[in-house]
Amino acid sequence: MVTYIIRRLIGAVLMLVIVSMVTFSIFFVVPRIAGATAEGFASRYMGRSANAEMIAVTAEKLGFNDPLPVQYGRWISGVFVGSEYDTGATIEECPAPCFGYSFIRRQPVWPDLVDRIPVTLSLASGAAVIWLLCGVATGVLSALRKGTVFDRAAMSIALAGVSLPVFFTGIVSLVIFSYGLGITAPGGSFTPFLENPVEWAYSLLLPWITLAFLYAASYARLTRAGMLETMSEDYIRTARAKGMKESRVVVRHGLRAALTPILTIFGLDLGLLLGGAVLTESTFSLKGIGDYAVQAIVTNDLPKIMGVTMVAALFVVLASLIVDLLYAVVDPRVRLG
Amino acid sequence: MNKRSALAFAAAGAALSLGLSACGGGGSETKSADGSSAAPATADAFNAGLEAVFNPSDKKGGVLKMAISEDWDSVDPGDTYYALSWNFVRIYGRSLVTYTPAPGAEGRKLSPDLAEKLGESSDGGKTWTYKLRAGLKFEDGTPITSKDVKYAVLRSMDKETLVNGPTYFNDWLDLPKDFKSVYKTPDVNTDSAIETPDDQTIIFHLKKAYGGFDNFAALPGTIPVPKDKDTGVKYREHVMASGPYKFDKVEAGKQYTLVRNEHWDPATDPIRKALPDSYEISLGVNADDLDNRILSGDLHIDLAGSGVQPAALGRVLGDPTLKARADNPTGARTWYTSIVSDVPPLDNLECRKAVIYGADRVGLQNAYGGEFAGGEIATGLLPPSIGGWKKLDLYPSGTGDVEKAKAALAACGKPDGFETIMSYRADRPKEKATAESLQQALAKVGIKLELKGYPTGDYFALYAGKPDFVKKNGIGLAVNGWGADWNDGFGFMSQIVDSRTIRESGGNYNISIKDKEIDAKIDQIFAETDVAKRDALWGEIDQRVMEQAYVLPGVWSKSVLVRPLGVTNVFVTGAFDMYDYLNLGVQ
Repeated sequence: MVTYIIRRLIGAVLMLVIVSMVTFSIFFVVPRIAGATAEGFASRYMGRSANAEMIAVTAEKLGFNDPLPVQYGRWISGVFVGSEYDTGATIEECPAPCFGYSFIRRQPVWPDLVDRIPVTLSLASGAAVIWLLCGVATGVLSALRKGTVFDRAAMSIALAGVSLPVFFTGIVSLVIFSYGLGITAPGGSFTPFLENPVEWAYSLLLPWITLAFLYAASYARLTRAGMLETMSEDYIRTARAKGMKESRVVVRHGLRAALTPILTIFGLDLGLLLGGAVLTESTFSLKGIGDYAVQAIVTNDLPKIMGVTMVAALFVVLASLIVDLLYAVVDPRVRLG
Repeated sequence: MNKRSALAFAAAGAALSLGLSACGGGGSETKSADGSSAAPATADAFNAGLEAVFNPSDKKGGVLKMAISEDWDSVDPGDTYYALSWNFVRIYGRSLVTYTPAPGAEGRKLSPDLAEKLGESSDGGKTWTYKLRAGLKFEDGTPITSKDVKYAVLRSMDKETLVNGPTYFNDWLDLPKDFKSVYKTPDVNTDSAIETPDDQTIIFHLKKAYGGFDNFAALPGTIPVPKDKDTGVKYREHVMASGPYKFDKVEAGKQYTLVRNEHWDPATDPIRKALPDSYEISLGVNADDLDNRILSGDLHIDLAGSGVQPAALGRVLGDPTLKARADNPTGARTWYTSIVSDVPPLDNLECRKAVIYGADRVGLQNAYGGEFAGGEIATGLLPPSIGGWKKLDLYPSGTGDVEKAKAALAACGKPDGFETIMSYRADRPKEKATAESLQQALAKVGIKLELKGYPTGDYFALYAGKPDFVKKNGIGLAVNGWGADWNDGFGFMSQIVDSRTIRESGGNYNISIKDKEIDAKIDQIFAETDVAKRDALWGEIDQRVMEQAYVLPGVWSKSVLVRPLGVTNVFVTGAFDMYDYLNLGVQ
């Protein structure tokens, strides 16, 4: 088991290094190949009144004239030992882990990300609880009542949930429930959990439901399919033949087997969401990692894009690592293989 | 939720929001706001806030909630180039002079702010003197002196550190050669540019005369900054307030809150009412949600001031109740197409005229978003809100005059038309639509356009604004647009009609106007201190631009703003063509 964990950990670190290289290449190498100059990079950080001379000075100062491996090396070393940036008037510190320094906002990226993680964590965790409970419950009931009105209605809604984008359902639900009926918080509301848990839940209720609606739909469909398959297995028939209570048959024998693939997907979905529920955060104006990513892209702020991509990758790699480890616990063949 | 109940909820929500909007609007207070020339308006009506103060009141208290969908460059007065920011900064900062808080054209007039009166010029317009009012203080209680204003202006000129602001002071002040910046050469004597003989007096010396220097003095760069509190790029995290409000919370990219500055003395400030107890500004709010919140009354002001999004536009214009809450100002911005006068055959005046005659002007208006959200069909380069504007009638403004276009083509020796390339910013759908509209319209007269889109970020630096690229690639037409830094001829025209601003290295906004007669008139304007005479000369330049067919005007931009519910003293200022943020109050 220890060897397995070590192997997985090394794999995770390697994966992060590869992601950092690919991300760096996309934003710094590919534009160079396409003809972008060092001055072109620097001009993104200058005002509209900057002249060619000022842009050239800035390009030199920010190191855009250095060879690309040097630039990548500087970025990586910043993560471990921090960096310093000359802003003209002062030298700004970017302490380790320095995931870049935004020359537009004049701030290190990492503290911004740390500041935003609680919002994304709150959004993702609340929504995950709702979609897991509702999705699985709906899926089980649909499977047990296959072909009934409930099954058809639930699966139709599930289809709608999968099909409707959050920026549509989110805006519509805000207009109806927040501004129309006034029963939920308006867009942009967030209270930290430790400050006031009730207010926290109230402010996030609508984003949770909207986001959960999207995911619950696919979970319901997956659970239904899994349950239908499991419930037709021989061992279920055997369990029933032995006179076992139906609820026990469904939960202990049916659901347990059907849930294994669901939990794998759940781990990865949650990891992805922790890296930023981009659309939900943008729609509800929540200041999480996803909203940060959108801001970074809109303003073409490359250090921020690099930083947020790495954090998102970190969450996905971590989630997949946890799923792998859980698999090893559940299935001995994995850790021995 | 099934489909039927969803519909029921939607209907209920829509009905309720209509009900809410019907309840909003009209106020009970009738006191006139400062500087208002028109009778105040209290009943909802389309454009009620355009020429009059809507819902006037002096009632204090409450929280004014503002939001913006993105963010702007900086709240540091020396580091900002957004119109919304120049409007908003006046809540916490006071420049030497500022725009009069009054609706319409009155709002373009300057009023003294930190200064006792507008600038006094001497030396033929090369020297400008201002005297500060007595009793001015920063938020920490320290007195504001002329040295703080001088320091603020000098620091704002360091474009390596404070990259965002304009460069008017850099270009015009008579600085010593060895001065680099307040950070790099702090000991260099700069009295040749700015003198402060005492704590109340500040004297600016220019390299050449400029009669409109008061407009420079209204720039946020003259908002005082105490030298010992300046932290360079970090100053934006704690700006020292000189106005009635100071920053309480600064969370970049998320929110700002401002509270009352107890050291601001209303006796020193005849133009500000300082009504709300505090301001809450949310950043990065979803643009569609922001509109919905303003319509429902949950939010007061869209700080961007550029109008509602397409999603809300149809709702606002289609619903009489909501339309009555809307204002539709024309901004000091023209969307146009440069007709490059040194790319053959457009070096021939008649060929240039053929382009203008052949263009479908209504099609161009639709390309920009139509009558309300796009703009008014422009007949010249200068927008109507700029002093000196006069309605020009040199070309038809309908759907294109094929006969006249063909006659012009015959006159330029190209009776069968010609081919040329038209550039536009590829990631701007409106500009793409403009190019396509022109392509279709000009095809009718035999002018064949090949459309080429270039990235917005480098459009002027590397493509349409770089003379050798334009000539080498035969770009005859280039979609362009320009907004005024401030609403006078200089603020609008100086960068786009003066051929001497054109740099071979690129980055030019003037793509097509290279006319010695226009350059001579600009020199005449700089030396002229009489505003009316200056304005008249800008009008003449506009006429010359159109006579010589250097540009095909598209639209003078318009936006649809929605007046907030429960807010007092709402009006569109002619200075920024958005709601004036100086004296808003909460009902």
